Amino acid sequence: MQKIEKKNRTFHRKKIWLVFLVCALMLFGLIGRLIYLMGFRSDYYYEKAEDLHEREREIKAARGRILDAGGTVLADNTTVCTVSVIHSQIEDEETVIQVLSRELEMEEETVRARVEKVSSMERIKTNVEKSVGDVIREYGLAGVKVDEDYRRTYPYGSLASRVLGFTGSDNQGIIGLEVEYDDVLSGTPGKILTTTDARGIEIEEMGESREEPVEGDTLRVSLDVNIQMYAQQAAQKVMEEKSARSVSILMMNPQNGEIYACVNVPEFDLNDPFTLNTDVDTSSLGEEELQDLRNQMWRNPCLNDTYEPGSTFKIITMSAGLEEGVVHMEDTFYCPGYKIVEDRTIHCSNRNGHGAQTFLQAVENSCNPAFMEIGLRLGVSGFYQYFRQFGLLKKTGVDLPGEASTIMHQEENMGEVELATTAFGQSFQVTPIALATTVCALINGGRRVTPHFGVAVESGDGARVTELEYPVEEGIVSGETSRTVCSVLEKVVSEGTGKNAAIEGYSIGGKTATSQTLPRSANVYISSFLGFAPADKPQILCLCVIYDPQGTYYGGTVAAPVVRDIFENVLPYLGIEKETQEENGSSVSAKG
Amino acid sequence: MATGKETRPANTDHTLLILVWILVAFGMVMLFSASAYNGRVRFGDSAYYLKKQLFATSLGLLVMYVVSRTDYHFFVELAPAAYLLSLLLSGAVLLFGQEINGSKRWLAIGPLSFQPSEFAKVAVILFLTWQILREKRKSTGLWFMCRTMITLLPIVALVGSNNLSTAIILLGIGVILIFASSPRYLRFLAVAGVGVGFVAVFLAAESYRMERLAIWRNPEAYERGFQTIQGLYAIGSGGLFGRGLGNSLQKLGFVPEAQNDMIFSILCEELGLVGAGALILLFLLLLWRLCVIASRCRDLAGAMISAGIMAHLAIQVILNIAVVTNSIPNTGITLPFVSYGGTSVVFLLGEMGLALNVSGCDRNGFRAYNSH
Repeated sequence: MQKIEKKNRTFHRKKIWLVFLVCALMLFGLIGRLIYLMGFRSDYYYEKAEDLHEREREIKAARGRILDAGGTVLADNTTVCTVSVIHSQIEDEETVIQVLSRELEMEEETVRARVEKVSSMERIKTNVEKSVGDVIREYGLAGVKVDEDYRRTYPYGSLASRVLGFTGSDNQGIIGLEVEYDDVLSGTPGKILTTTDARGIEIEEMGESREEPVEGDTLRVSLDVNIQMYAQQAAQKVMEEKSARSVSILMMNPQNGEIYACVNVPEFDLNDPFTLNTDVDTSSLGEEELQDLRNQMWRNPCLNDTYEPGSTFKIITMSAGLEEGVVHMEDTFYCPGYKIVEDRTIHCSNRNGHGAQTFLQAVENSCNPAFMEIGLRLGVSGFYQYFRQFGLLKKTGVDLPGEASTIMHQEENMGEVELATTAFGQSFQVTPIALATTVCALINGGRRVTPHFGVAVESGDGARVTELEYPVEEGIVSGETSRTVCSVLEKVVSEGTGKNAAIEGYSIGGKTATSQTLPRSANVYISSFLGFAPADKPQILCLCVIYDPQGTYYGGTVAAPVVRDIFENVLPYLGIEKETQEENGSSVSAKG
Repeated sequence: MATGKETRPANTDHTLLILVWILVAFGMVMLFSASAYNGRVRFGDSAYYLKKQLFATSLGLLVMYVVSRTDYHFFVELAPAAYLLSLLLSGAVLLFGQEINGSKRWLAIGPLSFQPSEFAKVAVILFLTWQILREKRKSTGLWFMCRTMITLLPIVALVGSNNLSTAIILLGIGVILIFASSPRYLRFLAVAGVGVGFVAVFLAAESYRMERLAIWRNPEAYERGFQTIQGLYAIGSGGLFGRGLGNSLQKLGFVPEAQNDMIFSILCEELGLVGAGALILLFLLLLWRLCVIASRCRDLAGAMISAGIMAHLAIQVILNIAVVTNSIPNTGITLPFVSYGGTSVVFLLGEMGLALNVSGCDRNGFRAYNSH
């Protein structure tokens, strides 16, 4: 026993205290580490932990409605359901698969793959009818969620289909105004936040926090359902009568750029936008080809596609000539039925020639040699400068996606032949909307307005209204030139090629056009008419473009009557009064 | 064996006793909070782990009482036998061990399971004390230091083969006791160097240990850093005052085995910096008390035992908190008195009994014992 006696010496004590001190220092170091982790890094880790614990379920926001000028609803929402499964909460996988595939009419394999997938939440099907969603909810299956959701509906079906556009499965805009104003219309989705344990089971005591969705704003557009419908019927009628490929009608207010109607028949059904609007047999087509056809169908020819305007473009050549002073009302032209430019003989539409004619008569006759002459007087640089000044080299800025640019000769590549053909509207291409917008500036006193649909953005309850504003460019042409152009074009309708557009009691200005698509040998024509009223202070402009009409294809014969028909109804609708009886009488006698 | 009435320590060290009681109670509450979810999910009983721990703690308190009433020199005499037994048990666990969570660390004894590595810690403390006392010279030399370290190698190797962390603790206890037994400082550096060398060899021996280093530096980049990351989320989201007792979210299956090694992170989440700091200070007070006992004890045996217990506790607390806060690479070490583990709490309380015993003896026990 004695041998294991030993004294606890001072150095032992010192060393034990030293060990203690080192340990104490280390513990204080760890407290420092904790202060760093729990003080300075706390927010970071807290957020990370929250992300981990919180399950977020989105509450969709109702998409804003689209209203026409009179407040008629053009795009609305209906309630549908989204069915999804939460893998960790499913108790009876087989039953879930059976019920969902039966009720949702889906392939069992598809449902099985989604149900068996280990994920926090898997979507089975969206856009389920509310009645079907209610049935599924009544089964009370664990792990199956039925969330209410909205689906876009278009009460007027195919009306203005390419303008309004439609939305996809996530209620995002795909074409048209739905895309352009997606930010405004889509609103802010809400959230249901719940806290869960590691297995994904909600912890009831923690409750849930809810962020309510904010519904999208209402978009008020200048489109007028009645005008649009009437124009669509007129377009439909002429398309059928002339067996045309398609007909586009664009109607706008030349004073402010508001578009009243934008028709492109055949339209397609916005409530079923993936079905082609033609009777093409799609069974043999691959998905890619089918999608190409859909993309074609969804194009808006008024602004996504360009065409050779033909004689309606003479309004531009004429305005440039008058503005530059190279042509005057009292000038006379001689038309032998052709004009030789450099080494080419370019024919007039009237091969026999119009003979001697005043400037006014040349416009009334839509005489090509006269306009070639005006073009040549302007010269390449002069003509090009006006082309630019009138805004034809830039886009109009219309509030729809995918506007096409003008396809024009490069100035340095432009010889006299190109100049001469451009002067009467051939050898280059513009969109119908660019042509209409340019003419608006030439007849409204020289203000280039921005063509547009969107007028105002309002909150859902109408408490907040934001009027939309668009740029206006002044001084495109002088007021005098503008007045001259209006009066000349009025004569075209009352005396010349546009007389089929004349309506008793109204002063209507306009210009016809007949152009041939490339290749010329195909003999495919585009007949068009651009009309406006009243001629002295235009309130409405209408451009009607008929693609590939069969039989007679002259714009004055085919397109002008369509515009007359529309104007006969729309002018009174817009409150544009007929002129006084005496003037009416004189205009009748003038016609006679 | 002489165990006359007069050998009983006359005074109980109330400071130590109160600290132990507070730690045990605090640990119990935290364990219940941290384990309730796992108990409910796995065994349908929120108190599953608490009940088992309560049983072990009761046993431990009994052991503590008995040990505190038995002269510690008795245990020192038994040290060689205890050391051999721990070797035997550690060997047995390699052969017949129960595998839990991928490690063979438990020996099944009927319905109970026993972790020999916990016993090894006490055995090493006693065995070292015994060796230090047996050294004939007044102070110990370099040869003694090396020899003593070598005697520890068998147990370190046996335990370390499947439980690196406990092997490190054993080595650490060895280094600290040998350090305390020697008047020299420089020589100790050599021993410390050898110790570090051992650890380095251990780390390099298997690639998975090197991977731990990579995980430590950037836990978020590795799948196996999951536990560390979840622990950090828990600690960080505690903030200053925590979510409140019982309100941890990370214990809901996010921190794996929240009642075990990572329990300190749950404590941080629920009680915040304030609670975590309080626990660390509590441990510090306990270490201080053990240091005081070691320093007051007149004979070297009591001082060494007390210092060994202090070393054991200090190493485990520091390593556990350092691991949980990702201050060092991950290795599985439990937090004394708080983490779930029956064997651990029984032997810890036994060690506390020893310390109480030493504390009681230093005033009048030594002479009384000697007189027989």
